[in-house]
Amino acid sequence: MSTAFLYALVGVGLFCIGLYALIVHAHLLRKILAINVMGSGVFLVLVALANRTENLSPDPVPHAMVITGIVVAISATALALTLMLKVAMETGRAELPDEGRE
Amino acid sequence: MATIFLAIPWGVILILLPLATGMICFLWPKLAKILGVMTTFAIVPSVVGLGWQIASNGVYRYAIGGWSAPLGIELYADGLSLLMLAATALVGFGVSVYSVAYFERAAAVRFWPIWLFLLAALNALFLSADIFNLYVTLELMGLAAVALTALTGSKEALTGAMRYLLATLLGSLSYLFGVALLYLSYGSVDIAILATRVIASPAVWAALGLMGAGLLLKTALFPLHFWLPPAHASAPAPVSALLSALVVKASFYILLRLWLTIFGPLVGGEGVDTLLGLLGAAAVLWGSFQALRQTRLKLLVAYSTVAQVGYLFLAFPLAAAAGVTAWSAAVYLALSHALAKAAMFLVAGNLLRFGGHDRIADLDRVVQRLPLTAGAFALASVSIMGLPPSGGFIGKWLLLEAALAQGRWGLVAVMILGGLLAATYVFKVLGHTFTQADVPHEPNLVPASMEWAALLLALGAVLLGFLASPVLALVGIGDVFSASEVRP
Amino acid sequence: MNSWDAWIPLLVVASSLLPGLVIFTLSEDKMRLRTVLNLLGALVKLILVGWMIWGVYHGHHYETRLALLPDLELVLRAGPLALLFVSLSTVLWLVTTVYTIGYLEGSPHRSRFFGFFSLCVTATVGVALAGNLITFLLFYELLTLTTYPLIVHRGTEEARRAGQTYLAYTIFGGAMLLLGTVWLYTLTGTLEFTPKGFVSGLTEVHHPALVIIFALLIAGFGVKAALVPLHGWLPQAMVAPAPVSALLHAVAVVKAGAFGIVRVVYDVFGVESAAGLGVTGPLAAVAAVTIIYGSLRALFQDDLKRRLAFSTVSQVSYIVLGVAIVGPVATIGALVHIVHQGLMKITLFFCAGNLAETLGIHKVSEMNGVGRRMPWSMAAFTVGAFGMIGAPPIAGFISKWYLGLGALEAGQAWVIFVLAASSLLNAAYFLPILHRAWFREPPDAWPDEHDFGRKETAWMLLLPPVATALLALAAGLVASAPFSPLDWANLITAREFYRP
Repeated sequence: MSTAFLYALVGVGLFCIGLYALIVHAHLLRKILAINVMGSGVFLVLVALANRTENLSPDPVPHAMVITGIVVAISATALALTLMLKVAMETGRAELPDEGRE
Repeated sequence: MATIFLAIPWGVILILLPLATGMICFLWPKLAKILGVMTTFAIVPSVVGLGWQIASNGVYRYAIGGWSAPLGIELYADGLSLLMLAATALVGFGVSVYSVAYFERAAAVRFWPIWLFLLAALNALFLSADIFNLYVTLELMGLAAVALTALTGSKEALTGAMRYLLATLLGSLSYLFGVALLYLSYGSVDIAILATRVIASPAVWAALGLMGAGLLLKTALFPLHFWLPPAHASAPAPVSALLSALVVKASFYILLRLWLTIFGPLVGGEGVDTLLGLLGAAAVLWGSFQALRQTRLKLLVAYSTVAQVGYLFLAFPLAAAAGVTAWSAAVYLALSHALAKAAMFLVAGNLLRFGGHDRIADLDRVVQRLPLTAGAFALASVSIMGLPPSGGFIGKWLLLEAALAQGRWGLVAVMILGGLLAATYVFKVLGHTFTQADVPHEPNLVPASMEWAALLLALGAVLLGFLASPVLALVGIGDVFSASEVRP
Repeated sequence: MNSWDAWIPLLVVASSLLPGLVIFTLSEDKMRLRTVLNLLGALVKLILVGWMIWGVYHGHHYETRLALLPDLELVLRAGPLALLFVSLSTVLWLVTTVYTIGYLEGSPHRSRFFGFFSLCVTATVGVALAGNLITFLLFYELLTLTTYPLIVHRGTEEARRAGQTYLAYTIFGGAMLLLGTVWLYTLTGTLEFTPKGFVSGLTEVHHPALVIIFALLIAGFGVKAALVPLHGWLPQAMVAPAPVSALLHAVAVVKAGAFGIVRVVYDVFGVESAAGLGVTGPLAAVAAVTIIYGSLRALFQDDLKRRLAFSTVSQVSYIVLGVAIVGPVATIGALVHIVHQGLMKITLFFCAGNLAETLGIHKVSEMNGVGRRMPWSMAAFTVGAFGMIGAPPIAGFISKWYLGLGALEAGQAWVIFVLAASSLLNAAYFLPILHRAWFREPPDAWPDEHDFGRKETAWMLLLPPVATALLALAAGLVASAPFSPLDWANLITAREFYRP
């Protein structure tokens, strides 16, 4: 199996690990980290498979997508962290209350 | 004169105008209110201009900066995009007028820039022609929506916003993964080009699963709807209106677009559309039952959104054999719901302002003291219930027609039952508007602009019931519905 | 055809819609303006209807068409049957408006009331003039929506709950109606009311589906027409003010339901197709059960309005029974009873309202000797009651006569027994009231008397019941004259249903 596909598999693995962590962990910081890990997984898939034909130069379009994605991820993370801090200030814990019906 | 009007790149204006004014509102807060209203007002004729262009010249394409696909970003508008843009423009204007009176200084300064940013993202989304641009605009829209949800800073708003943020990010990442798979398999992100290249392969199935799951989460289809009621109920009323009416429809639009062009012709009839129909049916029933149980108005309206979103998905199993009817029904339902639901949330805001609470059983002679508001709720309810004359009725009629012609009795039963349940929870509220509360309270003044905004939006939902012929003719531009009939 | 002719049906509908919308905006104290608008609307409508009748008699054709969906139109058409119902509605609206202005004197929220009142009449007129099933459905549902605020008008918890009951029944009926209509549309591709129906080609192929559709449509209309067991909302709706009961029970809601059944049997299915499908028998049976059941329940009610409510349940089914009997004479009886029952029942409700408003009487047991205190009201009541029993020469006799004759002609002799039993029961619950009112000694004090000086009661409350009682009498006395309801029913039957 070529290196590119190996990296891509790692990316898929990161995505799955992140997804698991997002669902299982209650603490908001862990959830935000999980989202970031998932994002990194997708980016890794994109960058890895941009280079799937070994002899030619890598495809620039996935690289452009990853750069855009990183920017979006940073903004999203910033928003998420701010919200988490506010939630912690208001409720005293950095966790979401149980998802019961109000 | 007409040629000049037609030559203006309306699509670009629709995106750049709110973006620019949003930034100006952020930098010069004093101008926020007036600039915000003027912008949303100017969006309406821009959409009309775009509509005129489409009606005269057919589908609209515009390459930004002159660079076309695959590396450049293209704008694309057909009848379907136009209708979504029109709904955005109308609801956006109505909510903006409402918001002028609703927010006091501190909150207004934060509201207007983010709202205009959201508007730019929405318009860009409906004008996108490739799946990656859809990702970017989807993400922008989601972040803006989350920020608006958290605006009041209350505990419920913050936790609701946090939950919404996590859900929306998960959805977007899943969608992005799907985009990656599609690009890496077929070498393009342009929807039209992909439509010609895709074949049924594991990559396409994986992409469908990922993108579908992500978009369903964002559209809050049962059972992925858990984030919606807390978020929509705890946000300020105009924000709830925008969320239920427009933001939820945007991800549905993407799903619809992808299904019509890329996925539907390949996998339609292999059980995916049946699954979507089943989930839709569950959403209708579950959402309606939950709405019935609520004691607070905003939560009732939020669960009503969960139910109404389910109706949209009932079109999927019907579309294989009756594409144009079923999809027209879904679009009509989406448009009517946008207007009616926005009106309902604005009504909830009025009642909150009036009495300081939104407990349904304690509504105090609202029909006499806030007649415009009560009238707005009644008219919006007519559309939500699917009673004539209203846009909701037209959508329901078309769906029933398709279902009965195909003998899908289960779907018919769900639609009829859904209508009955909707009537129950709607009239629960209306009945209490006539009666006196046990403990009367001092009423606060509700500004006329807030009442009229709600009433006019509700009236729009009813008027849609008489405009079916022209609206459905518009949707036909670009022929996107008939092209989706299953390929053998 | 003159291009103006296409607008007249729409104008008839608008003549109560526009005043209604304006009235909503008026503040409570603008009494004179409100009265003017109400009466003006009623008069304009009367003139337009008269114009249409004259025009149809001379061969004009009045039809408005508006596109609703790409392949379906909203149609308002002034055919003879439509004109029968619309003129009944218009005349009775005028009378009820006068009565209501008098009745609600000093009551709160009159602008709201009269606004919805006008919208209610708009919906009724729309139902009357509907030219296809979807237009009918639209205005029928509009009727539900506009009558609800009238029922909950008083704003009490009791009114709210009565409104919930009303809605539960009518919304359910509406859902059945919608289902039946869409289903029929998918089978036939059209919904236009056609003499002799438009399903005749399909009866062999789609027999079971058509039977179910018939049941759905009848169920949908049967709710408002108060067919047993869908009648439960009607007695509960008595919590509304008397003018609402008068309007609902004589003109708008129950008649719309019965009218719907007439349309379904004659203009959707065609009476021969319906008989061929085997659905007319069950329909006749349901009607008969309703007639007897309604009369039996009426017997045991002490509350006057509830007794009249159950009487309505029973009487409206005469129309359904006549429709279900396959024969022209029965048809005439059914159609003419639409008018006659309307006139008689509204008289009775007006009188009940007078008794409540003037003397605080709500129960039959409180009515001792009231004939001496309120002779004119009780005289009108007597006329209405005798009409219900079927005594000549009042209009009710004519309807029963034709129904009985039609039953014999169609070979359904059992109907005679139902009619006879019903007449006996009617006598059993009306005659005691009359006896009490005229021949018993009045009590020392009435429950809640309002003084009107030398007059019996306000003239606005007195004139309407006397007028409608006279009309009921006239409809019976001069039934053989041209333009009487009977003559008209003859015309409709000949023209629309049994054209060779």
